[in-house]
Amino acid sequence: MIRVIKEKCTGCGLCIKVCPFSAISKTSDNKVEIDLTKCNLCSACVSVCKFSAIIIERKEEEKDLSQYKNVWVFGEQKRGVIQPVVYELLGKGRELADNLGCELWTVLLGYKIKNRAQELIHRGADKVIVVEDPLLENFLDEPYTQVLVDLIQKYKPEILLAGATTIGRALISRVAVKVHAGLTADCTGLEIDPAKKILLQTRPAFGGNIMATIITPNHRPQMATVRHKVMKEAPVDSERKGEVEVLNYNGKLNSKTKLIDMIDEVGKTVNLAEADIIVSGGRGLGKAENFKIIEELAEVLGAAVGASRAAVDAGWISYAHQVGQTGRTVCPRLYIACGISGQIQHLVGMQSSDIIVAINKDPEAPIFKVADYGIVGDLFEIVPLLTTRFREVLKK
Amino acid sequence: MKIIVCIKQVPETTNVKIDPEKGTLIREGVDSIINPFDMYAIEEGLRIKERLGEGEVIVISMGPPQADQALREAISMGADSAVLITDRKLAGSDTWATSYTLARAIEKIGDYNLILCGKQAIDGDTAQVGPGISSWLDIPQVTYVKKIRQITKDKAIVERMTEEGFDVIEIPLPAVFTVVKEINEPRLPSLKGKLRARKVEIPVWGVNELGLEEEKIGLDGSPTRVVKIFTPPPREKGMILEGEPQKVVDSLVEKLKDVVIR
Repeated sequence: MIRVIKEKCTGCGLCIKVCPFSAISKTSDNKVEIDLTKCNLCSACVSVCKFSAIIIERKEEEKDLSQYKNVWVFGEQKRGVIQPVVYELLGKGRELADNLGCELWTVLLGYKIKNRAQELIHRGADKVIVVEDPLLENFLDEPYTQVLVDLIQKYKPEILLAGATTIGRALISRVAVKVHAGLTADCTGLEIDPAKKILLQTRPAFGGNIMATIITPNHRPQMATVRHKVMKEAPVDSERKGEVEVLNYNGKLNSKTKLIDMIDEVGKTVNLAEADIIVSGGRGLGKAENFKIIEELAEVLGAAVGASRAAVDAGWISYAHQVGQTGRTVCPRLYIACGISGQIQHLVGMQSSDIIVAINKDPEAPIFKVADYGIVGDLFEIVPLLTTRFREVLKK
Repeated sequence: MKIIVCIKQVPETTNVKIDPEKGTLIREGVDSIINPFDMYAIEEGLRIKERLGEGEVIVISMGPPQADQALREAISMGADSAVLITDRKLAGSDTWATSYTLARAIEKIGDYNLILCGKQAIDGDTAQVGPGISSWLDIPQVTYVKKIRQITKDKAIVERMTEEGFDVIEIPLPAVFTVVKEINEPRLPSLKGKLRARKVEIPVWGVNELGLEEEKIGLDGSPTRVVKIFTPPPREKGMILEGEPQKVVDSLVEKLKDVVIR
């Protein structure tokens, strides 16, 4: 439970400001009190209090967790191709494993896929567990969960990382419940606490307006899904050696769901999750046909095309392109926002991009507050000029 | 067809801003709304009922007592009934404990054919509770559903949005679907619905009513623990390029050259 230590509270009111639930108020003696019917125990007030006047008390239980060891990475594959986020996880996983003095393993589920195991070893894995089965060829929630739960119970990893992808988020959430593990979603930072040797998992919340660091003290494995494009890919070392263990389930897997079809709707240039560069259009484009100038710039840059909610809701472009709170969260190297005013709902989906360029005719548009480079002007003039100039520079 | 929709009441994001000097959160009044993705879940529940010409849409929410308001809004849109899950002992639940609690409530309602959730909540952004519920209930799931092609009491064919496009999945019911924005456009409450929402009785279930195991709920039953909350470092102040368009474009391209060429 949470309580305020009255003797320490100075009534400075910092906690009142940070409480996302308006649960804290001043008392007549210039201290604060917490309305327990509103409090969500999010601990924002505990973090901000300079006087350690607010404490959250828990029942502590000591468990023997010593049998859990090694760092695991879920080797997500699609159509037999290892997904790039796996290489990012191997980069971070190697660092964590070295810090803990343990091994880095990758779990690869698929069908006729064992020839891919060496790629994972070259990227830093000490061991790859390959499970092959026709039911694992493409992702299915149930058999994937079944296998991963079995492997966790058999080998007891200390840490398990997966990409915060469509597959990763669906699968790992299911697995965490089954193995009674703590799971932190969409992490952007992972470190080992030097004293306690546990995983410090940092993630954005409230659309990136606040960051939270989360631990799993008494349950194993410590599980996290990790945001794509944040961690650096592990380098390739084709001399690296490692162990490969191939397991078979011999028909013991089952799935009630059936994958009937996989449809690639968006070309390589439009996959927002994978794109290093995104060119986005918003309300300022005025009509669907005008997305053409966005597409032309994107094509020259090898970029994906994004859109604001306004443009999607107007029917100018499909939902798959929407960036923001009710669309996708992206963090490319370069994000070019054209005719997007920058409502908070859009900003939360793109403000962690490395470089942001904004082109808008309204100098007061909020998008300029997050932009590294802003051009106040007519996008119908600026964007085609950009396309031409980039084409010259890139010699396309 | 019994459809249970799980919704969450969340603070409206536009009201959560950062004070750039102090680095603290500023709220301009805290309006609570139904999590936007859950609106699509409610709407889809109503549409399935309309499509099949029979059925029942029950909306449930776990949260503080004021989440009652979110449930009434769902009733005003056309949901048949609602249940509020609230108890001081549930405060501080992480996604593991929350999905356990919701799953027990769904089992108490019983005889369900379909559970609908929004893809994720806009405050926590975890997308973990929907799959967590299906794991507790041991029923299949499809996340990121963007279209329900066919549905009967026992089976559905749905489209799951992926990074590249979509998958087409056949799934027996009961099952859990989490839905994305593309699936529909939520209706506005009707006048009749609003009147009903005002009067309808919403049962309140707590730890005792649900027979929850105390070591699986709330702060103490949650495997994860928040140890620090902080505001991200603000982005460095940007540069506004001014002047004649061609010159501005040339100078921008010059600055971006190294980023673009790789």
